[in-house]
Amino acid sequence: MKEDNKSIIREAFTLSVPVATGFLPLGAAFGILMHSIGYNWMWSAFFSLVAFAGSIQYLSISFLTSAFNPINAFLVSLMVNARHLFYGISLMDKYKDSGKYKNFLIFGMCDETFSITSSLEIADRKKRDKMNFYITLFDYSYWVAGSAIGGLIAGGVKFNTMGMDFALTALFVVLFLEQMLKKKNRIPGLTGLAASILSLMVFGSGNMIIPAMIIILVVFFFGGDRLCS
Amino acid sequence: MQLSPYQALITILAVSAGVMVTRFLPFILFRGEKKMSPKFENLKELIPPAMMGLLVVYCLKDVSFTSPPYGIAEIVSVVTVILLHLWKRNSLLSIFGGVAVYMTFLQFILK
Repeated sequence: MKEDNKSIIREAFTLSVPVATGFLPLGAAFGILMHSIGYNWMWSAFFSLVAFAGSIQYLSISFLTSAFNPINAFLVSLMVNARHLFYGISLMDKYKDSGKYKNFLIFGMCDETFSITSSLEIADRKKRDKMNFYITLFDYSYWVAGSAIGGLIAGGVKFNTMGMDFALTALFVVLFLEQMLKKKNRIPGLTGLAASILSLMVFGSGNMIIPAMIIILVVFFFGGDRLCS
Repeated sequence: MQLSPYQALITILAVSAGVMVTRFLPFILFRGEKKMSPKFENLKELIPPAMMGLLVVYCLKDVSFTSPPYGIAEIVSVVTVILLHLWKRNSLLSIFGGVAVYMTFLQFILK
C-alpha cells in the first residue's frame, strides 16, 4: 500500500513537470509585476494561494492600480473564468465522487490541470482520485512557489520590468492562435475578436468587456445552431 | 500602491470569489443525471475561442494606432509571438520571445 502510494506520487510528478516549466516562470513574472506596483512577495503568494488562476491574476494588476471597484473585479473574474464552467461539466463524472479530495480538486481546476486530468484514463477509482489529487497539488504548488519567488527576486535585484506585462498579451495570443488552428473554432474565435473591437470602438477602453460579452452571447444564442453544425 | 491594503485585500478576495464560483457552480447545479439543454451545449463549444479573442483585444485596448509610435511595439511583438508559435508550437517560447521583443522596444528602441 505504501509502495503503491509512492508510485502514484512519482507518476503524478512526472505528468506535472511540463506544467512546472510553464507555471514557475509565469508565476515568477506575476510576482515581479506585483512587486513593481508595490505589492511584495507575500501579496503575490497570497493571491496565487487563494485564486490559482493565471489570466485573471495578471488582469488584476489593472484592478490594483485603478480606483477601488471590487464588484467590477468580481464580474470580470466571472467572465474571464467562465471557461471553468465547461471544465467542471467535462470533469463532472471524474470529480463528483472523489470524497475527501473533491473540494480541493474543484478548487484547483485550472486550464493545465484540466488538460491532464481530463485525458487520464485510470480504471481504479481510488487510484484515479489520488492521482488527480497529486497532479492538482503539484500544479498548485508550482504556481504559488513561482509567484513567491518572483516577488522575492524582484525585491533583491534591480531589474527593469518595463514591458514585462506583455506576457499576458502573449499568453492570450498563443491561446487564441491555438483555437484558430482548429477549423471549427475559427468563426467563434473571429466573432469574439470582432465583437470586442466593435465594443472597444463604441464604449471605449474602460467599459468594453461587458458589452463585448453580451454581443458574443447574443450572436451565439441566436446563431449557435448554425455555427455548431 | 494606489489602494489601501484593506482595499487590495478585498479586491483580491473578490477576484478569487469570481474564480471559485466558476469552478464550483457546475458541481452544485448539475448534481445527478440532469441533462443540459442543446443551446447550452453549443455555448460550451463556442465561448472558449471567443473569450480568447476578447482577451487579446482587452490587452491591447489602450494602444493608440493613430498617433506615434502607432502601436509599432505591440504589432511587431504580437507578430513575433504568432510566427514563433506557428514555427515551434511551444507556448513558453512564443510567450517569452514576444516579451523579449516588447521589452527591447520599450526599454531601448522607443526610449
